[in-house]
Amino acid sequence: MSAPRTMTTKVLAAHGMADPTPGTYGLARVDRVMLNDVSGAVAMQEFALMGAGRVFDRERVACITDHFWPAKDARSADHVARLRTFAREQDIADYFEVGATRAAGIEHAVLAEEGRVLPGALLVGGDSHTCTAGALGAMGIGVGSTDLAAAMALGEVWLRVPETVAVRFAGTPGRFATGKDLILATLGRVGVDGANYAALEFCGPPIEALGVDGRMAVCNMAVEAGAKSGMIAADATTIEWLAPRVTDAGALAAFGPDAGAVYDREVRVDVDGLAPLVAVPPSPGDVRAVDALGRGVRVDQVYVGNCANGTISDLRQLAEVLRGRRVADGVRLIVVPATQAIERQALAEGLIATFIEAGAMVSPPTCGACFGGHMGVLAAGETAVATTNRNFRGRMGHRDSRVFLANAYVAGAAAVTGELIDPAEVLG
Amino acid sequence: MIVGRVVRLGDDVDTDVILPGAYLNVTDPDELARHLLEGYDPEVAARVTAGDVLVAGRNMGTGSSREHAVLALRGRGVRAVIAESFARIFLRNCLNLGLPVVEHPDAARALAESEQVAIDFAAGTLAGEHERWALPPQPPFLTELLADGGLVPWVRRRLQTTDR
Repeated sequence: MSAPRTMTTKVLAAHGMADPTPGTYGLARVDRVMLNDVSGAVAMQEFALMGAGRVFDRERVACITDHFWPAKDARSADHVARLRTFAREQDIADYFEVGATRAAGIEHAVLAEEGRVLPGALLVGGDSHTCTAGALGAMGIGVGSTDLAAAMALGEVWLRVPETVAVRFAGTPGRFATGKDLILATLGRVGVDGANYAALEFCGPPIEALGVDGRMAVCNMAVEAGAKSGMIAADATTIEWLAPRVTDAGALAAFGPDAGAVYDREVRVDVDGLAPLVAVPPSPGDVRAVDALGRGVRVDQVYVGNCANGTISDLRQLAEVLRGRRVADGVRLIVVPATQAIERQALAEGLIATFIEAGAMVSPPTCGACFGGHMGVLAAGETAVATTNRNFRGRMGHRDSRVFLANAYVAGAAAVTGELIDPAEVLG
Repeated sequence: MIVGRVVRLGDDVDTDVILPGAYLNVTDPDELARHLLEGYDPEVAARVTAGDVLVAGRNMGTGSSREHAVLALRGRGVRAVIAESFARIFLRNCLNLGLPVVEHPDAARALAESEQVAIDFAAGTLAGEHERWALPPQPPFLTELLADGGLVPWVRRRLQTTDR
């Protein structure tokens, strides 16, 4: 009888890497390879240099324009044009472009939405937030462009078997704490390299209580602790979310660690009564309670959306704060639904009207200002509150700007008051 | 054998400061090289020249997967990166592009600004002007990857032998 296994060990074994000893090197078969316009540009060049002609499987390589889209200048337009051309030449089945294809949006969100991420799958993406796939019980690994090119050519990626770390949550979070706060609490505990090279598996009742949207927020920031991946077991919640998005719902099955699986390390995070948290610039790991920061952090820009928190749940949370209120003087609010489908749903629910009534700007789905690209880049001396995932120096603009990371409630409260403040002070 | 002048960096040097997001629609290594470390410290950024070896603290290259950061390093002529520890995607990108990296906490802490450092992968040694260290043993796969010159030659070899 074989030993009980973690999710990570099971996924690697199912993809050709049977030896679970951490530090072992091997080649894993991938179920899917994902390129965006930034990583794809370099990957296409490397692919050609490798002497590769065709991608290993036209149905398993996804090309998504999300970083410099819509194009902000001719150079960016040319950049995206090259990805579009490559997708056409390779007859790529999954090409997603906002404004051109009906299914479109930020890569991690649209790939999940279109049922391309399944429990137990292994995927690599040319973006560090590929770990978001863990929300659906898949092992998503962020890699660079040359790894992408190799994966496109061979359908394989070289990997070093990671240590597995169980992150066990307990307690009942407070009213305004969301999935975002669970991962911020984790980062505050382990630090920005506390899970270096490790595969995280998040569990416990607070995780099980989250919907897929909240789980995406958790898994999205696993990389901020240095992790290779961050997974949550696929359960009834996962299957219910996936069922309408796949062709064979009957084939969907729960996927999780075996009972009694042994992890290399365990981290326990108590979130009982948790109040909203914020990551203080310039580190995603410098995490404090919003109400412990003290009053008086004035805010110039509030940015709600992106791959971490651009879900319909986040938009509903923001709308809850904005309803009947206005964006404060001196503040600008930018809202970025993660996909066209989410924006469509937000329209149907009247959320977009609420945002615009309050004075917000609603952006098309794009990575935009999250990485300092476009659509809301910061000037010197400016302070932003964002539901994004990084606040390194200069991340969202000038190197003398700063970004506090928080959930959509905190962002909404900042938008209507002009300062970093506990949402309970606004919503009661 | 790699010989170069040390330029020191701190802890948690992330890829956003190594190559800011505004320049991610650039792929030319020479153009990327002009923006190397622009977000970190303009003085340090200006100082790095061809032949230098970067020596960093913990968690070097944390954050974004952008390979552009390594392209900028190579474009500037950086010969190698030594660090107390590396973030995984940055480490992969260096290995895949054939940029030598050494994870060595003691050496990374001891090497001083502008010191001459010599890395001898064949002999397994790392030497500053005052001290010398043994290189950590390298996994066979990485030795093979580096011997090929990086992932591009490694894949090209595989594709040729499997008749794809």
